Amino acid sequence: MKKLAFIGALAGAGLIAGMASAATLDDVKAKGFVQCGVSQGLPGFSNQNDAGEWSGIDVAVCRAVAAAIFGDAQATRFTPLSAKERFTALSSGEIDILSRNTTWTMTRDTQLGLNFAGTNYYDGQGMMVPKALGVTSALELSGAAICTNTGTTTELNITDFFRANNMDFSLIAIENSDEVVRAYDSGRCDVFTTDRSGLAAERLKLTAPDDHMVLPEIISKEPLGPVVRQGDDQWFNIVRWSFFAMINAEELGVSSENVDEMKSSDNPNIQRLVGVDGNFGTEMGLTNDWAYNIIKHVGNYGEVYEATVGPNTPLKLERGVNALWSKGGLQYAPPIR
Amino acid sequence: MADATADGAQQARSSLASMVYDPKARGLFFQIVVFGLLLIGLYLIVNNTIENLELLNKKSGFGFLSQTTGFAIFDSLGTWAVDYTPGESTYWDVFLVGAINTIWVAAFSIVLATVWGFVLGVMRLSKNVILRWFSTVYIEVLRNIPLLLQIFFWIAVLTGIAPGKRDDPMSLFDIFYFDSSGIRGPYPIGESGAGVFYASILIAFVIAWAIGKWAHKRQDATGQQFPSFWVGLGVIILLPAVVFFVMGQPIELEWPDRGRFGFRPGLGSFIEVSFVALWLSLSLYSATFIAEIVRAGILSVSHGQTEGAQALGLSAGVTLNKVIIPQAMRVIIPPLTSQYLNIIKNSSLAAAIGFPDVVATFSGTALNQVGQEIEMIFMMMMVYLFFSITTAIFMNWYNARKRLVER
Repeated sequence: MKKLAFIGALAGAGLIAGMASAATLDDVKAKGFVQCGVSQGLPGFSNQNDAGEWSGIDVAVCRAVAAAIFGDAQATRFTPLSAKERFTALSSGEIDILSRNTTWTMTRDTQLGLNFAGTNYYDGQGMMVPKALGVTSALELSGAAICTNTGTTTELNITDFFRANNMDFSLIAIENSDEVVRAYDSGRCDVFTTDRSGLAAERLKLTAPDDHMVLPEIISKEPLGPVVRQGDDQWFNIVRWSFFAMINAEELGVSSENVDEMKSSDNPNIQRLVGVDGNFGTEMGLTNDWAYNIIKHVGNYGEVYEATVGPNTPLKLERGVNALWSKGGLQYAPPIR
Repeated sequence: MADATADGAQQARSSLASMVYDPKARGLFFQIVVFGLLLIGLYLIVNNTIENLELLNKKSGFGFLSQTTGFAIFDSLGTWAVDYTPGESTYWDVFLVGAINTIWVAAFSIVLATVWGFVLGVMRLSKNVILRWFSTVYIEVLRNIPLLLQIFFWIAVLTGIAPGKRDDPMSLFDIFYFDSSGIRGPYPIGESGAGVFYASILIAFVIAWAIGKWAHKRQDATGQQFPSFWVGLGVIILLPAVVFFVMGQPIELEWPDRGRFGFRPGLGSFIEVSFVALWLSLSLYSATFIAEIVRAGILSVSHGQTEGAQALGLSAGVTLNKVIIPQAMRVIIPPLTSQYLNIIKNSSLAAAIGFPDVVATFSGTALNQVGQEIEMIFMMMMVYLFFSITTAIFMNWYNARKRLVER
């Protein structure tokens, strides 16, 4: 078996041979930009507008890291990746951060040589059905045909759910996500399942979005977050704390609009956040105004959420579990001190 | 003595010198050098990969193949053949499911593409203007549109024209049903004695084949013809039918059943719509290339052969079947082999519309769960190499049989 593995290794040799060196921060500083892996177009998370500019809650993480390093949120370049390609692109060094609505699971964390730097969106897998079906609960779906994407955790979750409830179903897994929507729209399957945020986004592509509803069941935990390569703790810290800075900023009431005034705040927590007090930035290999730059150029977590996926966007996603811990949600960042 | 030593030295020198100028020895030397460089190159690549994989803290090896899987695959020939059950089947089973489905769709496509391709090729040379133009336009349109788009076209057409999954299906004699999810029909469940019935089908085919062989021999020897096709067909229908009733009708039919969401999964026979779409698009697309190969083959047979056959009073059909096509086959078979290999490889586009072939299941779903892309992509390449080489070997054997025998 070992011998076979060696021969097998040949196939991917060219791929892995270009692996980046350990000090990602130095590489990024030398390049002058952060190379970020994103989706091929998921509204609200990472999507390109007509002018070719990327935006979304996942894109904001990349912009925050760029702002922390360069003081310039635009010092980013984006690589659109399919669900299948994403981990290979990261481990081969093609990208510096993978911020592509990626679920944090134990296999991925422990077996793929990756580290998850946080959870920027707490999601869960849901199911969408045509209203005409008259179904009100996923437990009524025995015998249904279900469409989903290949290369994700959704296939596993939906199988678990139906097996656990002793229900028959047939699962149609399609690689191209637009083709999944089309298959559901054309009636090849009765149910469309993916993360609930994804359902909200893909629903907009249906011919009659209002004729479809998302069922109340959430059948899995899908903590989505940015990913980096294992073995570079400095880079891991920078990505993780760039994200934490956005949450801390929201908690402390520091936003892109008032961050300049907050520089003269008496609150020691805010002083440390915006870099007036302490040298948290330089200890990480950055400048002390790292968090100030993030808040100034990207905004705090709440601002980003409202602008990308919140109730006033086409996705209309309530804060729910993504509210701050102090407001009954799960978003919680360790203190800066 | 001194002379002899000098002579020996000269001889040694001249043999070394002659080695340098000997093209055989020189060739061997460079072969060894190139082979050595190749080995060093391979060693560097393998070594580098292993080191880098260790640096990345990634698992390696083929141990994952015996792990059980947790995801479902919809009913298809592969899941039926390996009795795939999520939670019990392993990743190796997933590999087999995918491989069987790949063979299934490729084999069906090769058959339809060959038949349709021959028809088109002959049509293109027809004296009938309508047939000729139809064939020309068909070939020029279909072979110039990318296959992936044709696959999307067919799935859109099939799901569009068929009734929705939950509406009343179209039916054929109340035996077969069509809707936008696919084709359904009865599934035979064997009771005791079914084995004898299945064996009788096989035996009937063997008998029909033997009759054909005997008739051919007799015609060669005596010139007498024998309606071997109709007799063979009769045997194939009658023998199993007789055995079926003698054994007391040992086959029970399981019929598809409808529930709230249309047909319920797991009852009756089922062919998913993606198979039909893939099969049609692969066949109709590849047939255009086969038609051109057939046309080239027929044109390669000198017109004198046709005139000779006409002079003997053979009908147009016999002339084509017995005189032109057999000679054209010698030109047709080698490029036809390439087309078959293309069909096998093109079937990997199945993932785009959700047909569970080996690429969609193993390097799609399974790869995402396991994450060992090097091993899994390697297996993927090997399975296509295996299918292609098997096909090529068979076609080469067939080609050798059909070759012009020189006497």
